[in-house]
Amino acid sequence: MTAVPIRTRRKFLKDLGYISVGFTLLGACSGVEEPVMAARMDYNGKLPGSMGRAKTVNAWLQILEDGSIRVLSGKVELGQGIRTAIQQVAAEELDMDLERVQVHLAETGVTPNEGYTGASASIQNSAMSVRYAAATARQELLTLASKKLNTVVDDLLLYNGIVKSKKSKESLTFAEILEGVQIETEVILPVHIKDYREYRYVGKAIPRTDISDMVRGKAVYIQDLRFPGMLHARVVRPPGYTSQLISLDETGLKTEVSGIIKTVIKGSFVGVITEREYQAVKAEQFLRNHSIWTVPVPFPKSENLYAHIKLIASPPETVKNEGDVAAVFEGAEIFKATYTKPYIKHASMGPACGIAMFDGAILYVWSHSQGIYPMREALATMLSMDADNIHITAVPGAGCFGHSTADDAAADAALLALEHPNTHVRVQWSRQDEHLWDPYGPAMITELEASLDKNNKINSWKTEVWTDSHSTRPNKDAGTVLAARYLENPYQMNSRGYLGGGHRNADPYYSIPNMTVNAHYYDGPFRTSSLRSLGSFANIFAMESFMDVLAEKAGQDPLEFRINHLEDERAISVIQKVQALTSEQNTEDGEGIGFAFMRYKNTDAYIAVAAKVAVDKNNGEAGLIRMWAAVDVGEVINMDGLTNQIEGGMIQSASWTLKEQVTFNTTEITSTDWMKYPILKFSEVPEVEVAIINRPTEDAKGAGEVPVPPTAAAIANAIYNACGKRIYDLPITPEKILNA
Amino acid sequence: MPTYHLNVNGSQKKVETEADTPMLYVLRDYLELNGPKFGCGIAQCGSCNILINGRATNSCILPISSIGDAEITTLEGLTTNKGKLNAVQQAFVDEQAAQCGYCLNGMVMTAVGLLSTNPNPNETEIKTALQANLCRCGTHTRIIQAIKTAVKSL
Repeated sequence: MTAVPIRTRRKFLKDLGYISVGFTLLGACSGVEEPVMAARMDYNGKLPGSMGRAKTVNAWLQILEDGSIRVLSGKVELGQGIRTAIQQVAAEELDMDLERVQVHLAETGVTPNEGYTGASASIQNSAMSVRYAAATARQELLTLASKKLNTVVDDLLLYNGIVKSKKSKESLTFAEILEGVQIETEVILPVHIKDYREYRYVGKAIPRTDISDMVRGKAVYIQDLRFPGMLHARVVRPPGYTSQLISLDETGLKTEVSGIIKTVIKGSFVGVITEREYQAVKAEQFLRNHSIWTVPVPFPKSENLYAHIKLIASPPETVKNEGDVAAVFEGAEIFKATYTKPYIKHASMGPACGIAMFDGAILYVWSHSQGIYPMREALATMLSMDADNIHITAVPGAGCFGHSTADDAAADAALLALEHPNTHVRVQWSRQDEHLWDPYGPAMITELEASLDKNNKINSWKTEVWTDSHSTRPNKDAGTVLAARYLENPYQMNSRGYLGGGHRNADPYYSIPNMTVNAHYYDGPFRTSSLRSLGSFANIFAMESFMDVLAEKAGQDPLEFRINHLEDERAISVIQKVQALTSEQNTEDGEGIGFAFMRYKNTDAYIAVAAKVAVDKNNGEAGLIRMWAAVDVGEVINMDGLTNQIEGGMIQSASWTLKEQVTFNTTEITSTDWMKYPILKFSEVPEVEVAIINRPTEDAKGAGEVPVPPTAAAIANAIYNACGKRIYDLPITPEKILNA
Repeated sequence: MPTYHLNVNGSQKKVETEADTPMLYVLRDYLELNGPKFGCGIAQCGSCNILINGRATNSCILPISSIGDAEITTLEGLTTNKGKLNAVQQAFVDEQAAQCGYCLNGMVMTAVGLLSTNPNPNETEIKTALQANLCRCGTHTRIIQAIKTAVKSL
């Protein structure tokens, strides 16, 4: 952040004659003491990408009649706590009580179009846009009030929805200042923002208010929405991706299941609308058992998956080439290793849900989609409707960790609602469909080669990565939503190639003079899309496993070896922090500690992770004892929200690393439920400790995806240190440890 | 369609539905309660847990015809009439023991069931009780901490 204080804190404090930490609202309320205005500074850096499409203050915040603030964000709450983070920055800039700031999340025509809620980008885009809009609003309110109160801006105090003259004691509420008009001023640099040293909300562990609603069973999720006369529906999915409907027993359905309102058949898209939800469950089961479909195209043999990927891959593209790798490898000892990662599911706890209602002109849709504006484009194409006639409201869903099935459920609901107008139709997906039709995080192969110079520093490095697309998120290509592929005139999705980061973090952040990264794209047998951290998970698992291999070859401590290849002080700091966190740890026989480092996308947050495991040599079981992380995301907005994201991400990653893979045979996907796709359970979850390095003068970066990639490598390295077995192929199962 | 008289959260409810309708759908769809969540419908995840005579039970595979006059308690029923939270609910708020919170119902109901028979469980007993409850966000450590906090407050 390029922030130049226009007025130093010392000067500011001298002016006021006494020292105050931040802004004391209590004094303001009691009337005993004048509130102290926090010092401000000029922000002259870059405005967030989200502001490109929404430049004015009123696109981001509105001042309500009662003087409270409504913030508009194009992002969606999915358990990451973004609502609270946004509330914090707005309240901070406007010196408001938190409860007087409400946050309105994504709704078409209401909130800015911020694309997708993903890529750990909500803090740097949405929250920062709100910060600059709120700071601009504050300036505008002061300027307008100075005119109305006939005084200078320096005579004014702005706090909690009022502006007051110090001299005359006259005050105006925000509503009185604006007289029903919103602030249409464009946000331009420099923005006069609050000095971070005066923050009272930002950087603090402000509790989320939605947890209080959750424990009371209030309507929090899309699954909880109820509209008068709402009907229920389920969709009968084909037995395989390419199956087509031949016939269906509709007559039998009506005699077997009560409450049938309508069966909708459009090509191979089959939906059934019922009065009650459980009737829809039974109707879907009946139709699945009483329908005939064509046999789908077979899958490759599971055991041949990685060979198959190499067989079908396109010729590689060189995505990075520095120095002369081949020349250095010539005659040198080259170390090589191949790492593989299977298809992994999003596996949300709450199967997808979508609600839609068509009133004859406008189609209303409620969805837990991560991108309601881009999804609207897909729906408009699929339904041959004008996007302006589709109104989408985002409603929180269960954590989805990337592009999962929310958009598909919304598309299902939209198709069914058009067939049964003027009624809300709620589509609920089954657990099995959620497990089968989820666009998985793609299987990947990462092959690494490196050589060491005479000082045991890496002098040459090559990455070859095989990846399917990591983004099939909705856009105007209707084939991005599942139902569109099964209509009478089906929309096939256009291949997206590399889009979405298969080679993300495939180039080491370490200082290596000669480096090549080649990416091989394949269009694989399964539906895939963005899963938390995209290609970084496989690439960092590979790279950080390999760094331990190289450190051993170099005869160096793995953390010292990494530090020897880093120049960035922030990178070194997180490694040293995790080193300190684990310095008192002793390991018994069969136990090991492993480490890993990453700078996410090589441009964002820094993290070092440690894992301590115990490996049972008799059965190969690796038990997690404890995990640690040291994290630097730059400026911290919500300390507890950040900690929660890191803790959860490490545990989820441990689950992927030790347990998870999509299983299949040549005819079908076989991991259809939680028994066949197990995830980490309470008995397997270790203690987790997170240390945050807060750097308020650095840009705030997102954290959601950050802990996931290095955790896998830290666990693999810990297992190696515990039992001498190095596992290259995820998940690291007891069987692989025994047979290694 | 048969009619059932249920004892839900301390009051009598009349529901007319098919005998095989699982309690999850009765509670959510007929009685408009949000606490129990649909997570799998096959008793594998615990999101739908309710208390049947104080015992945490999967409601998604429990037909209404099997209930009789059993006392049913949902998440909503843990709160007093004046809105005071149960100790476990309060501890989940205090420890911020949620990310998406979709599994929270099952965690709270299971914990309440556990504490009613074992008011002072150790960590292993807490983990054992929660073994059939899945969480995808990785909030496990906070959930365990919340239950420990609730134990202390009892």
